[in-house]
Amino acid sequence: MDKRNAIISVKDLVKTYDDFTAVQGISFEVYEHEIFGLLGPNGAGKTTTLEIIETLREKTSGEITVNGLSVDKDAGQIKQIIGVQLQAAGYYPSLNLVELMELFSGLYGVDIKPMEMLEKVNLQDKAKAKYKALSGGQKQRFSIATTLINSPKIIFLDEPTTGLDPQARRNLWDLITEIRNGGTTVVITTHYMDEAEQLCDRVAFVEHGKVIALDSPDNLIDNLVSSGFERKKEVKKANLEDVFIHLTGQQWREG
Amino acid sequence: MKKPYSNTKATLALAKASFRSIMRSPSAVVFTLAFPLIFILVFGFLGGGGVKVDLAIAPGSDVQNPIIGALEKIAVVRLVKDQNAAEVKTNLEKGHLDAVISVQKNPAGLPAFIADVKYTSASMDKGNILKSILNNLLYSLNTQNVKPTVAQIKESTVTGRIYRTIDFILPGQLGFSLLSTGVFGTAFVFFSLRQTLVIKRFFATPVKRSSIVIGEGLARIGFALIGALFIILVGHFFFHFTLIHGTITVLNMLVLAAIGVIVFMGFGFVVSGLAKSESTIPPISNIITLPQFLLSGTFFSINAFPSWLQPISRALPLTYLNDAMRKVAFEGAGLWDVKHQILIMLIWGLGIYAVAVKVFKWE
Repeated sequence: MDKRNAIISVKDLVKTYDDFTAVQGISFEVYEHEIFGLLGPNGAGKTTTLEIIETLREKTSGEITVNGLSVDKDAGQIKQIIGVQLQAAGYYPSLNLVELMELFSGLYGVDIKPMEMLEKVNLQDKAKAKYKALSGGQKQRFSIATTLINSPKIIFLDEPTTGLDPQARRNLWDLITEIRNGGTTVVITTHYMDEAEQLCDRVAFVEHGKVIALDSPDNLIDNLVSSGFERKKEVKKANLEDVFIHLTGQQWREG
Repeated sequence: MKKPYSNTKATLALAKASFRSIMRSPSAVVFTLAFPLIFILVFGFLGGGGVKVDLAIAPGSDVQNPIIGALEKIAVVRLVKDQNAAEVKTNLEKGHLDAVISVQKNPAGLPAFIADVKYTSASMDKGNILKSILNNLLYSLNTQNVKPTVAQIKESTVTGRIYRTIDFILPGQLGFSLLSTGVFGTAFVFFSLRQTLVIKRFFATPVKRSSIVIGEGLARIGFALIGALFIILVGHFFFHFTLIHGTITVLNMLVLAAIGVIVFMGFGFVVSGLAKSESTIPPISNIITLPQFLLSGTFFSINAFPSWLQPISRALPLTYLNDAMRKVAFEGAGLWDVKHQILIMLIWGLGIYAVAVKVFKWE
């Protein structure tokens, strides 16, 4: 992929709460059609940064544009071109998936066929099920389906694979890659470095509210290796997760 | 690019979702329909009897005499004939019996009979009713074939509408139903939508906050009105609830119900803002609903309350809703005739929504 246009640009973003500073001067750009990872420990400021870009939270200072729109002035327009999956969001109680899809199509003001959206994330069999009755992986896939309703330019996924078993996790990676291949930019946060390495075109490491590194996973690894770093244990050709997948099968299961 | 974003569409989508959710929520259905209907059933079958005086006939009393014969024809008096002396005595003391009568032939000749009546201090008010019934009865028995020397009473009764217990109870239950849907329903829904981050997810869509509130409101009003209509129709067809002008009266009642539920939803918004956890919602809601339930003339007329309590009753919004409902249903008043009641409800509405705007929390 060529030198790309920045679809999101974050400059000197600062967010302070009453007693502490969650984000202290973050700058980065997300290019069109890439999967961009925000990595870092809990409390590093990943979710705060994401929610400010999503116009869900006010920033203290800094400049952010999304597809050329400013978060200060054009929040409404930004919301129409992004899809947001929140960490641990809930859905309207007592409604089944099709009804929830209808609700969201109304909220986004677009006409969609609920079943087609559910097919995209392989949940057509669960059309009449309630969100609460879904397994962890199914819940995440449904959440992702709701982010796709308005055919967004960018989707934000906040820790979508946390708590999933290896099969469900790999299944979700495939789904996310598919969405990116369809032309949507993906911004994702995660704790799992193997996931970031597999999935992300570029990653930013966030620590104590600052970006401490930003590059493609390959370059970051190469840089570390060239600085003389060596793993204590020699790397084998497979890891324990490969063994797990090999033994339990590739297909994800939902129970 | 695309067609412009429609707030109406978003609002209606929310209203539809919320309505579906309410219809599937057992607590909403129980509070709005089942409770009021149970009360209506109980009072519907209880009511209509009016006052009854339980008068025991003492064992050994003469029963073949004009006094007992006349008493048997009086609807207010229920004669109890099958209790022995000991039972009569304890029941009198407990107030289960209001009096005991013993009639004996007079061996001395005239008057032909002596009626010995014993009242009980456990039931003085019914005793007094019986006293005047007996006086009246003996007067007419004694003065048979005698021309009155001073004056004669001529009695007649105006035919009026029968005011049944249901005509009092149903509007009160309707008001209670609207109050609980408005307060509990709204409080729980907004609290849980906030707590489970459903609202946060909504905020990530282009929907406006006003659409969320209006959509929820429409659903709840719709549900409350369907509930109200159901209660009115059950009352009318099964318990002869009076609807003077038929459909017009029903429509007027529904307008009042809508005003009522909108005002009560304001309390719900306040509760959802004040509640720190799910378990604090019922106590806070009860603080708002219970006093109104008891003091707003739901079960008893406010006039029956001690005079120091009446001003409190007259300050509560449900009092005015109940009052307006009864006027509309039974007296056939139009909405303009109950403008005073409506105005007070609207003032309550303004006040409570002013508080709601202050304490309501989105996240």
